Amino acid sequence: MSRTDRAGRPAAPKRRARHLVGGLRTRLVVTFVVVALISAVTATALAYRDARTAVLQRTQNAAVNDLRERVGAVAADFDVPPDQRSLSRFAAKVSEGIGGNIVVARYQDLSAVSDSLADTTSRITVELRTAVTTGGDAEFQRVRWRGEPYLVVGMPVTYADGDRSTSGLEVYAISDLRAERDDTAALLDSVRTGIVPVVLLAAVLALLAAGTVLRPVRKLGRATRELAAGDLGSRVAVTGHDELADLARTFNETADALQESDADLREQEAKARRFVADVSHELRTPLAAMTMVATVLEEDADQLPPDAARAARTVGAETARLSRLVEDLMEISRFDAKAARLNAAETDLADTVRASLALRGWTDRVRTELDEGVRAVVDRRRIDVIVANLVGNALRHGAPPVTVTLTTAPEADGERVVLSVADHGPGLPPEAGERVFDRFYKADTARTRGAADDSGQGSGLGMAIALENARLHGGTIDAADAADGPGHGAVFTLRLPLRRTGEDTE
Amino acid sequence: MPPACTSAPCTADGNGPDVPIIGPMPHVLLIEDDASVRDGMELVLRRHGYGVDTAATGEQALALLAGERGARVELAVLDLMLPGMDGFEVCRRIRARSATLPVIMLTARGDDQDIVTGLEAGADDYVVKPVTAPVLEARIRAALRRAEPSGQVQGPGADLAGLVIDRAGLTVTKHGTPVPLPPTELRLLLELSASPCRVFSREQLLESVWDHTFLGDSRLVDAAVGRLRAKLEDIPSKPRYVQTVRGFGYRFGPL
Repeated sequence: MSRTDRAGRPAAPKRRARHLVGGLRTRLVVTFVVVALISAVTATALAYRDARTAVLQRTQNAAVNDLRERVGAVAADFDVPPDQRSLSRFAAKVSEGIGGNIVVARYQDLSAVSDSLADTTSRITVELRTAVTTGGDAEFQRVRWRGEPYLVVGMPVTYADGDRSTSGLEVYAISDLRAERDDTAALLDSVRTGIVPVVLLAAVLALLAAGTVLRPVRKLGRATRELAAGDLGSRVAVTGHDELADLARTFNETADALQESDADLREQEAKARRFVADVSHELRTPLAAMTMVATVLEEDADQLPPDAARAARTVGAETARLSRLVEDLMEISRFDAKAARLNAAETDLADTVRASLALRGWTDRVRTELDEGVRAVVDRRRIDVIVANLVGNALRHGAPPVTVTLTTAPEADGERVVLSVADHGPGLPPEAGERVFDRFYKADTARTRGAADDSGQGSGLGMAIALENARLHGGTIDAADAADGPGHGAVFTLRLPLRRTGEDTE
Repeated sequence: MPPACTSAPCTADGNGPDVPIIGPMPHVLLIEDDASVRDGMELVLRRHGYGVDTAATGEQALALLAGERGARVELAVLDLMLPGMDGFEVCRRIRARSATLPVIMLTARGDDQDIVTGLEAGADDYVVKPVTAPVLEARIRAALRRAEPSGQVQGPGADLAGLVIDRAGLTVTKHGTPVPLPPTELRLLLELSASPCRVFSREQLLESVWDHTFLGDSRLVDAAVGRLRAKLEDIPSKPRYVQTVRGFGYRFGPL
């Protein structure tokens, strides 16, 4: 059913290249990948933040509780004010109880560190110390020291009894947060390794989705191009119930409607042509009788009274004209019905042209420049029709001298017979162009010399018939102004492929 | 055999029929269903000195030919579009009855297929309706002239590979058996065999046999050659007597 589309094919590579850059497929893949990335990153960021917060919270609470318990236990048998030794012992004891974390104990100007080698001052910030001193409760702060995270918990030691007043002793514990950091970092790592397959999967899904959308779109596109190229039978298969299926259904309905109205138009045109053929045919029988008896009238015209003689001659002339018109209508109907057949045989063209002119008594009125010996396989009757119509047209509408030139010319697709008929009349009216070959085309009256001319009036179909006859031979007829420029006459040029031998009539 | 008047439309000079009628008036049978066309043709032909019989149908025409009036008919003008039996069939039956009666077809359609079929059915010539009186009359005269003795008085013709052509008596025998030929085919054979081995173009033959000066339909020649071969040749598809020279025309022999 589908014909190869002639119009769509050449443009396809360019169209495809454009598809690769800005096509639906690319857009879908990019969108899918971006959406996948955004969702992965957002989810990861939220999860990471929550997880980190939860881990740190727990670590902080545990550190504070541990320190508080240990300090409570150790501080029970600690005397205030301490000296440097007791303070150091205190710090060491606390540190022992909380897993060996560095513990700093301060009392006014005294300060003791459980691990004497550790640098603690830069990790316990002034900020924290102020908070501990003034706040009266456990405080903590995360600090970064030498690139590693630490949690510093500080608390004042209060008396257990009475008003829980401060003893002036402060304890700080420094615990390492690297394990927690590594735990949360591992989360990021696993997200990072997981995001690559997710993105790839998204791309694949995008391609699949693009495929399901693009396949019907492409089919629809091809069908549309076929329709545009003139294949009105082009349809798409409707699958599914989605929007694209709706579109396909609409396309098919449109194509149906188009095909139907096209068929209607063709039928009407065929009817109109058949009507013309039928009418001409019906006219022929009465015309046959009229033509026959008109001769009798014309023969006896001299013996009639002058008025009757004129009437008889007019009847004769007009009957002949009507016959020509009906003949021409029949002829053009045969072309329309594609019933015209070429009855071709090898023919001497110069002889044919001379005979055509002689038959119509035009030999004295037409100059000829004919190449001798040009033989081609043509339908002699049709060449005669072409010559008669072109020369008749030149005699009617142009001015003498009328020149018929026959020559051959090599052209790209082989040698051609070139027959031109030139007149010296006013040339073609500017708006005429190729319309001179239209049926019943009436040129400007200035170009018509009227029925008084003895070449008679054309049927109005002569040029159209000449062109059809040329086409039947695979040739053309061009109308142009003379080479000297407009106003120097018109030139009609017949070009026929020069076939020297071919199918003879046997 | 120079034609006195050509088939080209020679305009009537206004003095009515100017053809001298020599001997008995030729008798023409008009077979045409349309009364006006038939009357018109009858009127014109009578004015030109012909005897005219008319028939409105093929059946009527065949009955007339079979009757006693049939003997005087020298030529039939036959419309192809007839009610009842069509023109082609009428033409075939006329040929079956009389091998030598010239038939001119009158075709209203001008359709190529009609012309070819009509010629195959045995018609000698055709004219396309509407036809002017001078053209019809010229065609009739040319067809009748083909049936006249040619005036070339010779003895019994030479035996051409079994074929004997008597140019005076206008008879053809093949291996002693007479071959009746309609005038057109006979003229064609006489023309070709007068110069054995000479190639005649279709145009030359149209001019010399049919009196068509120009634009005769070359299918007339091809059809007549075909009919001639069917009657003369042992194997019509491999002709010995009337041979085709592709691209040029026909020749008689070489035998």
